[in-house]
Amino acid sequence: MQFGLSESQEILRDSARKFFAGECPMAEVRRLIETDTAYDAKLWSKMAEQGYTGFIYPEEYGGAGLGIVELILWMEESGRALLPGPFFTTVVQAGSLLDAAGSPDQKKKYLGPICGGEARATVAFLEAGASWDPADIRLEAVDGKLTGEKLFVPDAAVADSIIVVARNGVFVVDSRAPGITIKLMPGMDLTRRQYSVKFKNTAGDKLSNADGLPRARSIATTAMVAEMVGGMQRTLDLTVEYAKTRKQFGKPIGTFQAVQHQCADMYLETESSRSAVYYAAWALEQNAPDAATAVSIAKMYASDASRTVGNRGIQIHGGMGFTWENDVHLYYRRAKACETMFGDASFHRERIARLVIDTAAAAAKTA
Amino acid sequence: MDLNLTSDELQFRDELRAWLEANVPREWDEAREESLDRRFEFLRKWQRQLFDGGWAGISWPKEYGGRGASLMQQVIFWQEMARAGAPPMANVLGLGLIGPTIIAFGSEDQKKRYLRNILNADEIWCQGFSEPNAGSDLAGLQTDARLDGDHYVVNGQKVWTSYGWLADWCEVVVRTDPAAPKHKGLTVMLVDMKSPGVDVRPLRQMTGETEFNEVFFRDVRIPVANVVGKVNQGWDVAMGTLMHERGTFGAGLQIIYKRNMDRLTELAHSTQRNGVPAAEDPIIRQKLAQCYGEIEVMRLNQMRAFSRISATGVPGPEGSIQKIFWSELNQRFQQVAQELLGPYGQLTGDAEESIDHGLWSYGYLRARGNTIEAGTSEIQRNIIGHFVLGLPRSY
Repeated sequence: MQFGLSESQEILRDSARKFFAGECPMAEVRRLIETDTAYDAKLWSKMAEQGYTGFIYPEEYGGAGLGIVELILWMEESGRALLPGPFFTTVVQAGSLLDAAGSPDQKKKYLGPICGGEARATVAFLEAGASWDPADIRLEAVDGKLTGEKLFVPDAAVADSIIVVARNGVFVVDSRAPGITIKLMPGMDLTRRQYSVKFKNTAGDKLSNADGLPRARSIATTAMVAEMVGGMQRTLDLTVEYAKTRKQFGKPIGTFQAVQHQCADMYLETESSRSAVYYAAWALEQNAPDAATAVSIAKMYASDASRTVGNRGIQIHGGMGFTWENDVHLYYRRAKACETMFGDASFHRERIARLVIDTAAAAAKTA
Repeated sequence: MDLNLTSDELQFRDELRAWLEANVPREWDEAREESLDRRFEFLRKWQRQLFDGGWAGISWPKEYGGRGASLMQQVIFWQEMARAGAPPMANVLGLGLIGPTIIAFGSEDQKKRYLRNILNADEIWCQGFSEPNAGSDLAGLQTDARLDGDHYVVNGQKVWTSYGWLADWCEVVVRTDPAAPKHKGLTVMLVDMKSPGVDVRPLRQMTGETEFNEVFFRDVRIPVANVVGKVNQGWDVAMGTLMHERGTFGAGLQIIYKRNMDRLTELAHSTQRNGVPAAEDPIIRQKLAQCYGEIEVMRLNQMRAFSRISATGVPGPEGSIQKIFWSELNQRFQQVAQELLGPYGQLTGDAEESIDHGLWSYGYLRARGNTIEAGTSEIQRNIIGHFVLGLPRSY
């Protein structure tokens, strides 16, 4: 039993960190968030060259066959760098759904180009009710054709295909197919744009195994938490740096306990989120019996923690923290979007209650 | 990262699991509702049983009565104890703090003399650090030790000494060089609590119990051989003890936390609220799930910390987050229990209608001490700020 990173895991993390420092420094992030889609084809092909776009998928589809723990380490770095664009949406969210729900032919057709860096994709799940519970989905395919609207669809404008979760199946739709209307839903997070997507008699290719949905959701949720942890770490680092250099009353403000203690709490919240997400990733990778609970605990904890880390970070930066020029708010904006994605802390607490509080009653009854 | 057990660890776990299944005393549920000293005797017997089974001091060297296994096996031990609903061990401070300090800093003779008796609970230990005028600012302590031949003569007063009333031995920090700067003139010594001049007085705490004490030293003679580490370098030794207190001590608490969580979950199903079991109340569900999740995060933080310590050999200042986490979590947890139990929660064991013989009203009050004992939350945050994050010293 070893809960630290192995040497190869550390190498992977370091090389990802180096990649982002070189290819996606903050100036580049700032440039991309001012564009319409936050997507950059050149950056994308560089990530594909590194094999990042095929990360956890089988080699037969052009993937690198790495584990979920490795993916999580990489996502942490992308979160730290505030990587803009559809990487998470395409590679993690759409990729894991295709991997878990597609037939071998469908994987060849849709997952292969994602691994190779040639295609981008997204998943359309939420509707007007904004519920992350699959039971609340209304949109239904009739004779393989979709009519209705999905909301909060990330990166839809740059996706080649949209994977639509409907009441009666999961469908891959060509984003250029007739009947599709994509409209921006401007939101806080400038790094991952969201869209409403309307379908009118749009034909879709039904994935062969919709039972794969929960596993894909778990992988995506865990990867998102890792991204959040990276954002928390960066917010903490920026804040500590500021507290060491900004002087008031003739001393660095980090001398004052009111400031120090906020930083200590940011550290505690960041490290605790990290412990939770590392374990969730490992539990998923190993199909451990408590994997679903572990994922919800990670998302629950990090959803609240990433917000409070941001709150504290902005506060300690004082007036500077409230400016557009300072980077902390960019992380803060993304943290809010991530907080609600795949269910916020309340959503996951209810899930945990179903998994461990209700089952305790069932166990007592049968005993 | 590999959380799978190695074949050694697996064998260890299976053996331990089987042993616990056969040996965990079921009477603990009743015993934990009894008076402090009856509870203590129960736990002492249980620790003895663990020792005889070869399960005390998992990572301590074999020659001193330990099992000579890895730190990760120690982690497995706590997890299995929690899983089996086993009672904790009696000699908490000896096992968690003083033993590791003697292993790290003690002489060969000291290791031989003390370690085995810590493990089998023959000698109970307490820790004499705080003084009336030296709490958070520990290095300001005044208890004075003068060399007289082959003895030190100690005068002064210690306070908040948990288990002082039943301890056989005490690890004290005393001032051996009053002229030196405050961190430089300190020495750690081991005191026989039966020495002439040691006077233990009860200190009644807000729970109504006397778990800790004031300890007075009046011309107490301590053999020079009882100095741990070097004279006037006691600060390093004391810090070693405190790093354990902050970083690793909390790991054993998951035994108690998991048990409390399980019990509260049971109560949530049997307590009615708005005409339905409290476990079906959406707000109570949210709070229970939050507690469950945080207890798990505490466990995972500790596992990560132990992996780090296995690699580095010593607990570092980052252990302060464990202390903050377990203490503040218990306070939140006890408040959730109060909300769930309503007016029943505040009844003491003397009330016929009380739940679990007043366990929850006791737990609620006792939890206030958690963020004060073993270094206040404020001190822990100072440590993280300065030693982990590199912020300037605030004092």
